Amino acid sequence: MQHDEVTLMQAPRTDGDDSCLPELVSHLRDNRTRLREEWAQRITDAQLLGAMSEEEIFSEVTSVFDKYVDTLETGSVESLQEYAEDLSERIIPRGVETHEVLGIVLLLRDVLARSLFQKYQENFELLNRVLDAYEPAANRIAVIVGVSFVHERERVIGQQQATIRELSTPVLQVRERLLALPIIGELDSQRAAQLTEQLLNAVRRNRARVVVIDITGVPSVDKNVANHLVQTVRACRLMGAAVLVTGLSSDIARTLVTLGVDLSMMDTVGDLQGGIEEAERLLGYEVRKAQAASPEDKG
Amino acid sequence: MPVPILKQGHYLVASIQDALSDGEVLELQENLLKQIGEFRARGIIVDVAAMDVIDSFASRSLRTVALTTRLRGAEMVIVGIQPDVAFAMVRFGLYMDDINTALDLEEGLEFLDRWIAERADTDEG
Repeated sequence: MQHDEVTLMQAPRTDGDDSCLPELVSHLRDNRTRLREEWAQRITDAQLLGAMSEEEIFSEVTSVFDKYVDTLETGSVESLQEYAEDLSERIIPRGVETHEVLGIVLLLRDVLARSLFQKYQENFELLNRVLDAYEPAANRIAVIVGVSFVHERERVIGQQQATIRELSTPVLQVRERLLALPIIGELDSQRAAQLTEQLLNAVRRNRARVVVIDITGVPSVDKNVANHLVQTVRACRLMGAAVLVTGLSSDIARTLVTLGVDLSMMDTVGDLQGGIEEAERLLGYEVRKAQAASPEDKG
Repeated sequence: MPVPILKQGHYLVASIQDALSDGEVLELQENLLKQIGEFRARGIIVDVAAMDVIDSFASRSLRTVALTTRLRGAEMVIVGIQPDVAFAMVRFGLYMDDINTALDLEEGLEFLDRWIAERADTDEG
């Protein structure tokens, strides 16, 4: 009970502290130039934002500072959030890290807090009240900027992954009813699943009878990758398409034999050219040089 | 509704129109095996294009029909397995390595024609 009352007693105090906000804001506005410079200086001293030039840092610092003070004044975080996302979008491609962003926001918090200490050092009680108003708002701002940055980064990463995934599995029609699938890069289970799905749909769309999967560009093949390949081969067969796997280097072949992976149900051909030739044979194509063919025709 | 089995020349075509209960799968199995003898069929085509799911029971039953058909001197081919069904089957370890499959009905007919032609060649040789 006692404790509850204390909490209730404290509650109205927050309202009282808000009355300090206008004073706080006007203090920050009055000292805008000095505080901004101090902040920019400390960012440089801490060797944060190494990817950006000093002028760039200073202009961003100015914008962030103004948004920061606006947010303190109005309590509305939307414009700051928008700006933080926009800023993140600009600086992420330049390799700015999460710790740098958090670092500069916390630096600003420190710079402003110090200026408050200095101003109110005579009146300890007033200082406390100002800090009561300042700290929660400053913390919230730090959280918003940090979270916006991380969100933006996740969005960019997600977008890039989707692009890479799409680009990395082109199913190509080489001839009528013959598809080629060159796989480039590491093959994990997620990619293997996506690749199989694309391949199966392409088999149906192109009415493919033979598929050549080329793994020359796969840097390492272990048990899992081999099992994914076996699954892909089996799924294609269920749809009536034969599969030839090409491009197993001698190192990879040796690794697979050492690991004891059973690939007896996979048809393998040395290289892509051999695979295509074999596939053409299966489909009943006969490829001849035009010059060599013409005398025969005459005869 | 039992799966309709159509006679088409030397072949029997069973076209599955809907998801099948286990009972219906057994019924299909029985009818197919009976009709091979009746019509002296050389081949069977089972079209599963309309099936969204092929579970272990269905795939085992189809495999049984295929192996039995082979013992009676005919050949069976499963056609129309959908991409996602094929993917699901290999993920659940339902293999049909020793069973013939083809993309669709047309391919299936072509496969059986080729199979009979090859057999005729070896018989002659």
